[in-house]
Amino acid sequence: MFTAFDFDVILRSLPYLFWDGMTFTLMLTALSALGGLVLGTLLALMRLSNLPILGAVATGYVNLMRSLPLVLVIFWFYFLVPYIGQIITGAERPVLVGGFASALITFTLFEAAYFSEIMRAGIQSIPKGQVSAGYALGLNYRQVTSYIVLPQALRNMLPVILTQAIVLFQDTSLVYVLSITDFLGAASKVAQRDGRLIEMYLFAALVYFLISFAASRLVRHLQTKTAIIR
Amino acid sequence: MPMIEINAVSKWYGPQFQVLKDCTTAIEKGEVVVVCGPSGSGKSTLIKCVNALEPFQAGTIRVDGINLADPSTDLPKLRARIGMVFQHFELFPHLKITENLCLAQEKVLGRSRDEAMSRAMSLLDRVGLREHAHKFPGQLSGGQQQRVAIARALAMDPIAMLFDEPTSALDPEMITEVLDVMVELAREGMTMMVVTHEMGFARKVAHRVIFMDKGEIIEDRPKDEFFGTPRSERAQIFLSKILAH
Repeated sequence: MFTAFDFDVILRSLPYLFWDGMTFTLMLTALSALGGLVLGTLLALMRLSNLPILGAVATGYVNLMRSLPLVLVIFWFYFLVPYIGQIITGAERPVLVGGFASALITFTLFEAAYFSEIMRAGIQSIPKGQVSAGYALGLNYRQVTSYIVLPQALRNMLPVILTQAIVLFQDTSLVYVLSITDFLGAASKVAQRDGRLIEMYLFAALVYFLISFAASRLVRHLQTKTAIIR
Repeated sequence: MPMIEINAVSKWYGPQFQVLKDCTTAIEKGEVVVVCGPSGSGKSTLIKCVNALEPFQAGTIRVDGINLADPSTDLPKLRARIGMVFQHFELFPHLKITENLCLAQEKVLGRSRDEAMSRAMSLLDRVGLREHAHKFPGQLSGGQQQRVAIARALAMDPIAMLFDEPTSALDPEMITEVLDVMVELAREGMTMMVVTHEMGFARKVAHRVIFMDKGEIIEDRPKDEFFGTPRSERAQIFLSKILAH
């Protein structure tokens, strides 16, 4: 029954799929996960701070981002970022940002909302006595946060953070709406060009599955290794 | 001038519940004061007020002449000079024992790595745990962890030490090793405020005993008087309960 299919097309397009497509996908995933984690941690600290105004701003941001469909946010930023760039730099025309930068900004801002909830839970899981002990030694808020609270929160939450990053890895394929050549975009282009839709999409699915599955197994393994003994 | 001066301190949780009622006492340099009382009497809260880990609404506390409530007081700097030992040790579980001892020395006192490390090792030697220096807290027993916690506080060269029920979370056979370290410290002349039910410790090294109940200081008198005959009925009942067996 497979005689009608041409699986050789996969082999021929491998360099393009991985060199162009997968590199983009992995770069976007890694950088926006990192950016989202940093921004999300700041948001979490804002929400847990004693200043109500900071908490309100962070809560508003998180609720807004979590209430919008990701595709909409991707579109929105793609068209908006050039104008924001224009305002910031004072240029005469909207600034050319490019697909990668635009996607990176979008995913960073979007993921920050999710990472902030993860980090908030992580920070709240640290016993209050740990913070007291830090203060009792004369450390200030910044030092207690960066040397005692965040390292423990990060380690406690590492499995959840990585799981979120795996979801992000799959979600990056949504950049297809901007006609950007990520892994799925590359597969799609080859599929359309050669009329090999079934083969290419089947292969893309297999690659996404293998990477995501292997990564989540790795996370489970890490979970047992990084747990802090109490 | 007393090392720790607590003057008419009151604290409320919410508008209704008063945890500390007009507490007044003073601890001289080199004095060892044991604070005891039934649970919920406010003794832990009082000791946490002394290094401003707990806020209070009325009264003043001065440590080495410095008023805690004064907005210009640099609280982290003051706290660095007061050692504190907690009921649940509160060692940092993600850091090795040496790092637990060096962190604040380096970040707060600005000591060099070598300086902090040699201070850490000599203190670990003193509490008998040098060979455990490169382990993590979770690999040590409760008694060992509490000795590390005492060493961590001493590494800051404190002018006074606060102990908040240091042996309450320990298995009975580990209490002695911690008390031994504390007795030694008391005999060296360290100023100590100790919340504990260990009356043996109080008898051995305390100069004074403070008895608290329902947020009030009921008794504050020299050890021999406290354990002697004349005292308040509430203290009598408390003592008879904890010394019964």
